[in-house]
Amino acid sequence: MNDPILEMRGVSKTFFGIKALRAVDLTVYAGEIHALMGENGAGKSTLMKILSGAYRPDPGGEIRIEGHPVRIEGPLGGRAAGISIIYQELSLAPNLSVAENIYLGREISRAGLLARSAMREGVGPILKRLGADFLPSTLVAHLSMGQRQLVEIARALHARSKILIMDEPTTSLSAAESERLFALIRQLRSEGLAIIYISHRMDEVYALGDRVTVLRDGRLVGSLDKPDIRADTIVRLMVGRDVSSFYKKDHDPDAGRGHPVLAAIDMADGHRVKGCSLTVHAGEVVGLAGLIGAGRTELAHLIIGAAPRTSGGLELEGRPIDIRTPGAALEAGIAYLTEDRKALGLFLDMSCLDNINLAVLGRDARLGWVLDRDKARERADRAFAGLSIRAANVGVPAGGLSGGNQQKVLLSRLLAIAPKVLILDEPTRGVDVGAKSEIYSIIDNLAKVGTAILVISSDLPEIIGICDRVIVMRAGHIAGEVARGPTSPLTQEDIMALATGMEHLDA
Amino acid sequence: MPDNGAAKSEPAPATTNGAAAETKRQRVRMLISALGMLPVLLILCIGFHFLSEGRFFTGQNLGIVLQQAAVNTVLAAGMTFVILTGGIDLSVGSILAASAMAGLTLSKLPELGMLWLPVSVLTGLGFGIVNGALIALLRLPPFIVTLGSLTAVRGLARLLGADTTVFNPSIPYAFIGNGSLTLIPGVASIPWLSVIALLVIFVSWLVLRRTVLGVHIYAVGGNESAARLAGIKVWAVLIFVYGISGLFAGLGGAMQAARLYAANGLQLGQSYELDAITAVILGGTSFVGGIGSIWGTLIGALIIAVLSNGLILIGVSDIWQYVIKGLVIIGAVALDRYRLQGSART
Repeated sequence: MNDPILEMRGVSKTFFGIKALRAVDLTVYAGEIHALMGENGAGKSTLMKILSGAYRPDPGGEIRIEGHPVRIEGPLGGRAAGISIIYQELSLAPNLSVAENIYLGREISRAGLLARSAMREGVGPILKRLGADFLPSTLVAHLSMGQRQLVEIARALHARSKILIMDEPTTSLSAAESERLFALIRQLRSEGLAIIYISHRMDEVYALGDRVTVLRDGRLVGSLDKPDIRADTIVRLMVGRDVSSFYKKDHDPDAGRGHPVLAAIDMADGHRVKGCSLTVHAGEVVGLAGLIGAGRTELAHLIIGAAPRTSGGLELEGRPIDIRTPGAALEAGIAYLTEDRKALGLFLDMSCLDNINLAVLGRDARLGWVLDRDKARERADRAFAGLSIRAANVGVPAGGLSGGNQQKVLLSRLLAIAPKVLILDEPTRGVDVGAKSEIYSIIDNLAKVGTAILVISSDLPEIIGICDRVIVMRAGHIAGEVARGPTSPLTQEDIMALATGMEHLDA
Repeated sequence: MPDNGAAKSEPAPATTNGAAAETKRQRVRMLISALGMLPVLLILCIGFHFLSEGRFFTGQNLGIVLQQAAVNTVLAAGMTFVILTGGIDLSVGSILAASAMAGLTLSKLPELGMLWLPVSVLTGLGFGIVNGALIALLRLPPFIVTLGSLTAVRGLARLLGADTTVFNPSIPYAFIGNGSLTLIPGVASIPWLSVIALLVIFVSWLVLRRTVLGVHIYAVGGNESAARLAGIKVWAVLIFVYGISGLFAGLGGAMQAARLYAANGLQLGQSYELDAITAVILGGTSFVGGIGSIWGTLIGALIIAVLSNGLILIGVSDIWQYVIKGLVIIGAVALDRYRLQGSART
């Protein structure tokens, strides 16, 4: 192979003391498709943002392009260095034409006037080379997702980029569009471009990848050449860490079995969730695993009535129940802990006391409306003691607390209604290790008293550590279930195989 | 419930100290945002007293200030509810005019005359609920909806009196407009208009701080999505706040009608919404919602009244009064920004 077009040596990135990337060495050659894989949060997007100039790497590392050291700075830095990125969410202006989008920020003007015709002529050859079936003057709003991707690629080629980074480009494409995209990617490779292809999908990596690099916890854990690309090897590289001992699981998963509390039947939203059924029994902790975008949070929102469903329904303790608002779900005893506590959960300016009591204010109130402040105070004090929430007093605004304590305040609000079903969406995201293990033991204790618990988590060791069985979602469907047998433990490999759809390839 | 003492005890001392300091800081901050404008009010009063050579702090002048502040205080109380949810109500001046017109027209009917006061207030409530319904149920932006009703309701107010001024020199309950409640005979009395305004403030405080609805209002303003997920009926809260803003505007209309014995659909209440919004913002209520208190609004309304009164007392021309009041509005919003920087919102 020829000289490397991109070399990264010892590139690190630290956010507020947390290492998102640790001394990554990555080499990419012209004319290759280099697949980049890793779990959610392994550091793929950080790496990409460093190459685009959105993040500045820690001092000490080096990036070379065609052998010359470069500094990529600012949003245009990547493009200036010859790197173009095509994001999952395309970055086109739908109200402008194809030509205007391609020339965005570098418009041709003559005597201060926009030279539209010159721009249209300028993009013609590139669109032709890409086999585009639309005109430079077409409004982007009128194009399909596949066509928009072509515009993005055309923009990259027009900027004479030598390195093209594609982040899960097929997420919003149909199968036929994906096939056309693959053909185009191979054509670009033969024209000498280097393509860094980020994907969770094993089949795509098999189909396209000349080399695969795997990231885990911010480290580059291995690179495989084409002949060595095998599902089991990649998965081992992606997950390969031990389940540490701080997960707590004392409750007996079989104690309450046979008494289903929550049953979702064939629920769909006509978009991200495509007919999902699952059952959670009393005293059971069920994990809901899957990659980002698999539809887990969306399914939870359907269950609690936060999003409108197009089909399916719920059964609570064996009886059908029609839940259309989060309020109705709470009344029925189904509580949901959001994955985004700052945007969707807490009221940061309100006191912890109000935050904790919010769901039961009406129930506690005198004369239906007058706040019972003694009861509220008592409940908040009890929550502070029971969940060991650390704040000066219950009157301080929730926004001033640490992530772990905020999460416990939010959890207290849900526990105040004494839920029959508790759905926890990423319960330990952004939470320090100490609070994590406290949250695990809270979950464990709730299961002991018979609460049916569904835990959505992207943290596989966590799911394996605290759950009795794991349901795996992929692309809006329930892909399967991984159960813990007396002799066979839950394994990350089994879950990842279901989540990425690799079980078919290995079979 | 959790039983891992190690994780618990280790960082505890540092956190407690830090948290105590943090609470103290937050208390100071809350005090600043609650009382923030009180010193400004006092300084203005004292300043005007000296500049006017002792004419400010007289029983008569203070009575005038309180009376002048009354209607704006009532409107601003309603506006506080709305702004606490992150909304805005531009239509209060028009609703005030329409309510006064409706009330005065009715007061001239011999057999129904006594009903004019409740009819005024209910007219305001009706317009407010329409605003609220459009905002909550059709999900239209509050600015647009109330901008529309600012114009439309003004038209209706003119329609009600056939675009003339309606007089009624023998309007029932005229005392609320011009009478005073005697506290100590011959020594101290307080205008009925001011009594009503203070009652409105007190009732607003009760609702905001002592009822479930009050917490829900703060919650919707603080984080609407979270409020929805927490099971709060956001639509009901929104209809309530616009309804109460309309109701208070109707009450303000009744107060004006009783004071003037007359109403004119074109002129009454023109740009009152601006004074009401200014009072709320001066009072420390955040424009994005979720933070604020009704006591601040009272202080804000008093600042505006003192400013008007004091500038006249010291002989500043009408034109310069506009300039100075405008600068006060901008200064108030600058203060709002500054306050938000220090809040828990990140």
